[in-house]
Amino acid sequence: MSVNLFTPQKSSTGRVIRKPRSLLKSLCAIPVSLVLATHIGLVSAADVNTTGLAVTDTEVTVGILHSLTGTMAISETGAQQAEKLAIKQINEMGGILGRQIKIVQEDGASDWPTFAEKSRKLLVQDKVAAVFGAWTSASRKAILPVFEKENGLLYYPTFYEGLEQSKNVIYTGQEATQQILDGLNWVAKEKKAKTFYLIGSDYIWPRTSMKIARKHIENVLGGKVVGEEYKPLGDTQFGSVINKIRLRKPDVIYAAVVGGSNVAWFKQLKAAGITSKKQTLLTISVTEDEVLGIGGENLEGFYSIMKYFQSQDNANNKAFVAAFKEMWGKDSVIGDVTQAAYLGPWLWKAAVEKAGSFDIDKVVAASEEGDIELTTAPEGYVKLDPNHHLWSKARVGQWMKNGQAKVVYESELIKPDPFPEGYQ
Amino acid sequence: MGGYSYDELGAIFAMQGFSGISLFSVLLLMALGLAIIFGQMGVINMAHGEFMAVGAYTTYLLSSLTETYFPAFLPYYFLFSIAAAFVIAGVMGYLAEYILIRHLYSRPLDTLLATWGLSLIMQQSFRSLFGAREVSPTLPDWLLGAYPATDMIDIPINGLFVLALTGVVTLGVFYLMFKSSWGLQVRATTQNRAMSGAVGINTKKIDRYTFALGCGIAGIAGAAFTTIASTGPTTGSLYIVDTFMVVVFGGAASLFGTIASAFSIAQAQSILEFFISSSMAKVFTLFVLVLILMFKPEGLFASKVRR
Repeated sequence: MSVNLFTPQKSSTGRVIRKPRSLLKSLCAIPVSLVLATHIGLVSAADVNTTGLAVTDTEVTVGILHSLTGTMAISETGAQQAEKLAIKQINEMGGILGRQIKIVQEDGASDWPTFAEKSRKLLVQDKVAAVFGAWTSASRKAILPVFEKENGLLYYPTFYEGLEQSKNVIYTGQEATQQILDGLNWVAKEKKAKTFYLIGSDYIWPRTSMKIARKHIENVLGGKVVGEEYKPLGDTQFGSVINKIRLRKPDVIYAAVVGGSNVAWFKQLKAAGITSKKQTLLTISVTEDEVLGIGGENLEGFYSIMKYFQSQDNANNKAFVAAFKEMWGKDSVIGDVTQAAYLGPWLWKAAVEKAGSFDIDKVVAASEEGDIELTTAPEGYVKLDPNHHLWSKARVGQWMKNGQAKVVYESELIKPDPFPEGYQ
Repeated sequence: MGGYSYDELGAIFAMQGFSGISLFSVLLLMALGLAIIFGQMGVINMAHGEFMAVGAYTTYLLSSLTETYFPAFLPYYFLFSIAAAFVIAGVMGYLAEYILIRHLYSRPLDTLLATWGLSLIMQQSFRSLFGAREVSPTLPDWLLGAYPATDMIDIPINGLFVLALTGVVTLGVFYLMFKSSWGLQVRATTQNRAMSGAVGINTKKIDRYTFALGCGIAGIAGAAFTTIASTGPTTGSLYIVDTFMVVVFGGAASLFGTIASAFSIAQAQSILEFFISSSMAKVFTLFVLVLILMFKPEGLFASKVRR
């Protein structure tokens, strides 16, 4: 423990300057830090926090920013529950650098300008040391400029289309290639699939994902895309599309339909007599959360490709599922994004402890060294790549009537590649 | 169309024909309740979709109750849940009229705003009561799957069910409106409120029951749609645009117009969607609709609305 009074401070422009005020602050901190150092063995707030974040000698404040109201509340509920669970567990273990984590929660209300406004509030007014939040790509794009301007740190949990890498964001979900490529390889090999019908909701994530899928099918697998279709968001009528699919007779239906449409899509497939007995279907938009609304009987036998399924059989996951159910009720289900959200606080803890500081720049630098890993992740093992994304495995799950999936395939650890060459 | 036999093409043609009729019945069932309220009372009920969600959640509640307490009853509960959805949505509509709408009859734009507010309140109440996630009622087995008419033709059973239900509800509404003495009073009030009052019709009571009836039918629609679509806090907002499209295109005050409009929109949408992409099909349908409404602002079948 040392208090160096005369360390030159780097200004934001990189010039080395001496600020009389910070000298004064350091002087004031001496008695407190000396007391703490001798009696508790703590590092004083002035040392682990040189940029004015909300860090005291006993507490550090973080933000959680998800939609609790509006359309997206369906999806974002699980994510914020998992983040709270992780933070609770970290606090029970003694916190981070001896400090308990305090949460300030804000509601993004499924509205992108609100997300931006609330993230500004969290960064400027609450001065939080990290934010766990956002779900849709639209909300992430809305808050990204705020995080970059105010130099905040965001842990973003959703699997997404890639093509992004910001200094201020750690992506704990999979980017498109980590989810799509291995699933297609698997279905081409296992089901001898040659022809594919692509269907998704009409917005950026399905369209980018389908673009990558089509390139992979045509250039790598030597297969054929016999149809590509996008339904407007919220559309609930799939009769004509189902007949089109019937006409093209694809080996595999590859689906990325979301929200209320997703429920209608699977209910109407079943009603049209297209079940897993006759048709192979692989989707990238169904997790345990969605199954609640769709109903296991409508999905039975179809496949999802994700990095995590609640039914995964390992000690980490068993402990996680038990703890989640204890905190949020025994009927809770845990989907892919919920698990990815759970990783956020743990990755942050690892980076802060490695940096020995809460300063955003130091935490980011520590994160970029490529040696932050979690051996306790429910999905198994993850490692943070210098490109801010996680190394993870892709898994194919086959849905059962009870709403759980049986993992039928597991890939090797896949390196994240947010800007895949040849796929753009 | 190389590589297809005539049998196959015939089968696809038949199934496509059915999906058009099925879409027609869905649109009509959505729009009937709104047509009654909008047409007969001139109130634009923005919360119509949420009354449908009330029906859907009623079905969900009854399904969980049945599953827990009377599992043997599971194959039949769905019919009761439709009746229950009608009653519950109807009663809520009655209360909404009494508490909110009746104060605003002279201010049509304010009813728009007030019912929109009501829809937000209802959405958030669903979220608080049932959780933000979507739920799925356990449907009886006889409603699931397809009826194999021939080797190649599969007809969705839930589509048949909605079709039959729409038929029954439409006939019921026509009977009430045109054959019962209550319907006579409703029509009289629509045409001339002051005069109807003068001959002893309790117009306030008529308003309240008309509104309740419209909401009740929305409840039936919501219960029926649990078989084809989602049940969640924002389910209602998925339907509201299509519903308004049907009612406005049909001509505000005409039930015949509503039927004709639902039929033409459904056929256009379903045929176009088969040949071009879904988004473009929607764009094209809406474009033609706007064009027709520019020349015929009253809709397909115009008739008198209470001013």
